Amino acid sequence: MRPLTEAETRTLFEKLGRYIGENIQLLVDRPDGTYCFRLHRDRVYYLSEKLLKVATNIPRDNLVSLGTCFGKFTKSQKFRLSVMALDFLAPYAKYKVWVKPGSEQSFLYGNHVLKSGLGRITENTAQYQGVVVYSMADVPLGFGVTAKSTQECRKVDPMAIVVFHQADVGEYVRNEDTLT
Amino acid sequence: MAAVRVEEVLAAAEEQEAEKRRSVTVEKELELEFDLGNLLAVDRNPPAAAGLRGAAPGREAKLRALARDNTQLLVAQLWELPAERAGGAGGPLVARLPDPTFRLPREKPPPRPRPPTRWEQFARLKGIRRRKRTSLVWDEEAKEWRRRWGYRRAGGDPARAWLAEVPEGADPEEDQFARLRREKRERVARNELNRLRNLARAHRAGTAIPAAPLHPTGHQSREELSHVARVARVSTASLGRFQPRLPKEPAETPSRNAGKKRRFEPLLGNLAAERSRQLELLRDMGSKKPVLNITRAVNKQLRQEEAEAAAAKRKKQSQRGKRGRRQ
Repeated sequence: MRPLTEAETRTLFEKLGRYIGENIQLLVDRPDGTYCFRLHRDRVYYLSEKLLKVATNIPRDNLVSLGTCFGKFTKSQKFRLSVMALDFLAPYAKYKVWVKPGSEQSFLYGNHVLKSGLGRITENTAQYQGVVVYSMADVPLGFGVTAKSTQECRKVDPMAIVVFHQADVGEYVRNEDTLT
Repeated sequence: MAAVRVEEVLAAAEEQEAEKRRSVTVEKELELEFDLGNLLAVDRNPPAAAGLRGAAPGREAKLRALARDNTQLLVAQLWELPAERAGGAGGPLVARLPDPTFRLPREKPPPRPRPPTRWEQFARLKGIRRRKRTSLVWDEEAKEWRRRWGYRRAGGDPARAWLAEVPEGADPEEDQFARLRREKRERVARNELNRLRNLARAHRAGTAIPAAPLHPTGHQSREELSHVARVARVSTASLGRFQPRLPKEPAETPSRNAGKKRRFEPLLGNLAAERSRQLELLRDMGSKKPVLNITRAVNKQLRQEEAEAAAAKRKKQSQRGKRGRRQ
């Protein structure tokens, strides 16, 4: 377990910034306690200082997970955001996409969102923008990246992909073994 | 009929015999040179140049034939060596190889001379030369030649010394035997320390990284210049600590990663400082965003065009409609 280096922090913030913009400082600087990011076995964990102090008592080989895992760094130092960050990022999301009830299940199975399943989308969403995907009942379902900007979404045909799937809450069941 | 067949069989048998003999005898223009100690055979015959070129079709077969012939000659030479049965009558036949004559090149580079030790430097300075000592000394009590040191040394076994005189200026209460033992231990330790120091010095001298010399003007790269400047800065007696900086030289703190091992921030270090550093990083990243967002500008333009097109369409429809009503 160790703190993130400068370069790693930058990569992490760039990725998070794609979804929540400048609201990252609300994650870093919280009024209700000191929270920090720590790296353990290439995975980034977000935890409070209290929990960190307790976690230092566990030997490195035996430590599996601590706090919330936001994602992991790949071998080439790219950051992959995982669904476990959803609870922290959903309240601060800048761009949101609502999915119709019919294609909720499709998204939760790992498929991309088609135009036919698109309910609502925030105005002024650019192309390839990181978004948080909600159901029509405002329940966060996961993350995505827009394939088309809002303007283009209006014109495109119903079978075209509008949001690429990145992570969804169905992974808790599908990838139960590999999520830490 | 039968006679012809018998002749054929005999002819075939003779062919086979000749073939066998042919495979054992090899004709060469120049004799090979043999070094049986290394199992080496050197063939100085000029090879058939055209047949062995890179693209020649029968190259593999020709090479294999050449190798086979030379190996045959070498084996024939080995068979002519004096042989004996190893391990009694039933053991295998073993040839005794002569000493090798061909000198093989070194496998590893020759060892470089070690730097002189502190004593060697001093001795060279003072002109002290090594005097050869005799290994045996005349022992008066035993009336014979004894070793200088070691088993049955001249002067008796020091462990069995039953008398230790108190020297002139020494404390009368002090235990002389203990003193002798302690001094011996100290001497041994000091010698060992010096030996290890010399060893370390020799080892360090061998692995010192020489500074790359600067290219003559015209070929100097920026990295080379900065590296040489850094080395020159640190080559003072206090390792560059009190070296004044040039006007535009950046103040370089010794990075925590100046070494072979990667170093990280402490795990539970100052969390407030960490937080402030991260906020600063965020601010830094935020300020670098381009003021003009191309896609947003394009989208805005598109929206504008759409709005105009819709307005024009409505106007046209309303006009047409009015015209229609008039008619």
